[in-house]
Amino acid sequence: MSADDWRPGATMDVLRARAGLMRRIRGFFDARDVLEVETPILGHAGSSDMHLDSLSLKARTMNGDERLWLQTSPEYHMKRLLAAGSGPIFQLARAFRDNETGRRHNIEFTMLEWYRPGFALEALIQEVAALIETVLDRPFPAVRLRAYRELFMTHLSVDPLQESADTLIRLRHQAARHAGAETAEWSRDDCCDLLMSLVIEPCLGRDGLDVVVDYPASQAALARRRNDSDGALVAARFEVYLDGIELANGFDELTDADEQQARFEADNQARAELGKPSVDADQRLISALRAGMPQGCGVALGVDRLIMLALGLEHIDSAMAFGTARC
Amino acid sequence: MASYSTNEFKGGLKVMLDGDPCNIVENELVKPGKGQAFNRVKLRNLMTGRTWERTFKSGESLEGADVLDIDMEYLYNDGDMWHFMRTDGSFEQFAADKKAVGDTAKWLKEQVVYTLTLWNDNPISVSPPNFIELEVVETDPGLKGDTAQGGSKPATLSTGAMVRVPLFINQGETLKIDTRSGEYVSRA
Repeated sequence: MSADDWRPGATMDVLRARAGLMRRIRGFFDARDVLEVETPILGHAGSSDMHLDSLSLKARTMNGDERLWLQTSPEYHMKRLLAAGSGPIFQLARAFRDNETGRRHNIEFTMLEWYRPGFALEALIQEVAALIETVLDRPFPAVRLRAYRELFMTHLSVDPLQESADTLIRLRHQAARHAGAETAEWSRDDCCDLLMSLVIEPCLGRDGLDVVVDYPASQAALARRRNDSDGALVAARFEVYLDGIELANGFDELTDADEQQARFEADNQARAELGKPSVDADQRLISALRAGMPQGCGVALGVDRLIMLALGLEHIDSAMAFGTARC
Repeated sequence: MASYSTNEFKGGLKVMLDGDPCNIVENELVKPGKGQAFNRVKLRNLMTGRTWERTFKSGESLEGADVLDIDMEYLYNDGDMWHFMRTDGSFEQFAADKKAVGDTAKWLKEQVVYTLTLWNDNPISVSPPNFIELEVVETDPGLKGDTAQGGSKPATLSTGAMVRVPLFINQGETLKIDTRSGEYVSRA
């Protein structure tokens, strides 16, 4: 705590530019007839993703004392709107992820999330690129689709989709070499996550927008799984990179209620193995999927990072009025 | 000793890594869009002075290191060890070996206060004050009147250190030296 802590982390010029970018985002969707929605930050269900830590709090509601969760993204509520017939929707939402603090992470952050019923993944990728171009006012020389497997082959000469013991040894070796980490006990996904973050990411999004596609099926989260051109099972999702920074994460959304229920259960099993608390499956989301959510794609984009890129800021604290350290 | 989780790693925290005490210099969170988070940590090995870059899965922990920085006055060298005494009135003495003293040996002057880093109560490094005043024991005779021009010559100081000094400096004078750069600052 210092005497200067009361001051905002962003300059007034940054805050004015930020407001301008938010207006452009709203204008972009208005022009495309995508409805702006607001859903609650607090909900009865937390995220079951094994790598996300939700914050929760105790509240006194009509049901008495209850535990409510701060959302890690507005995904569940927005999908329920889709199932209720909303059509295309977007939201500028606050989201919270415990334990995430760093140059590009703040526990509370602003997420732009939107859903496009009827869109294929490729159509949504084009729309994400158009949005980023519009907001940054910076046309890209190229929007390149890069398969996850091809990136690993090029940068690390290892096929991440191979499930052999030999591949695992090579991934662990590469991870240890590049990161100075004790990787002897690491899983394939741990090694891939590390190599992606440390070796491949920094090379992406230079002189254009790179969109990584065809993730390993084990990293599907809430995306559908499909076969790639070589017949390997992959996750139908993408991530968008600009200037070495991950900006957005898109999915061909899972709409099958049974599969969703199975993933909740698999997530909780994985959480238990990591010693993380179990998170109740969101039964209202399951019911919504059972009622029928239209097939389509959705994407979440980190607005604070977009502002960092637009204004050339090095730290997320200087892109928002008060980062967690100051609030 | 307590152990510390990656989210408690911050600059200045002392932890054990590969059997050596280390000082955490930097800690940065890296995380793919979906998936495992990692902490990229820069640590300085306090035994060797070398900087290491290591990556941990977020949530992993390291044992704390019992490391303390304490001000002590230099007493004498017995031919093998360098002896220091605490300045807190306890008169407690510590002996540092050649490895701990390292390059600081050439700045050791009796009654001057140094910072000793202790690990499990043993000195592992000795840091000099930023500025120290030392006498010139050997240099070429001074050039009269040459107080403004550039030009320098070597001088040997009472502790054995060699520094470049201006031409007008004479044997027997006391000089203020910056121990970080090993450069002459002024006459004392």
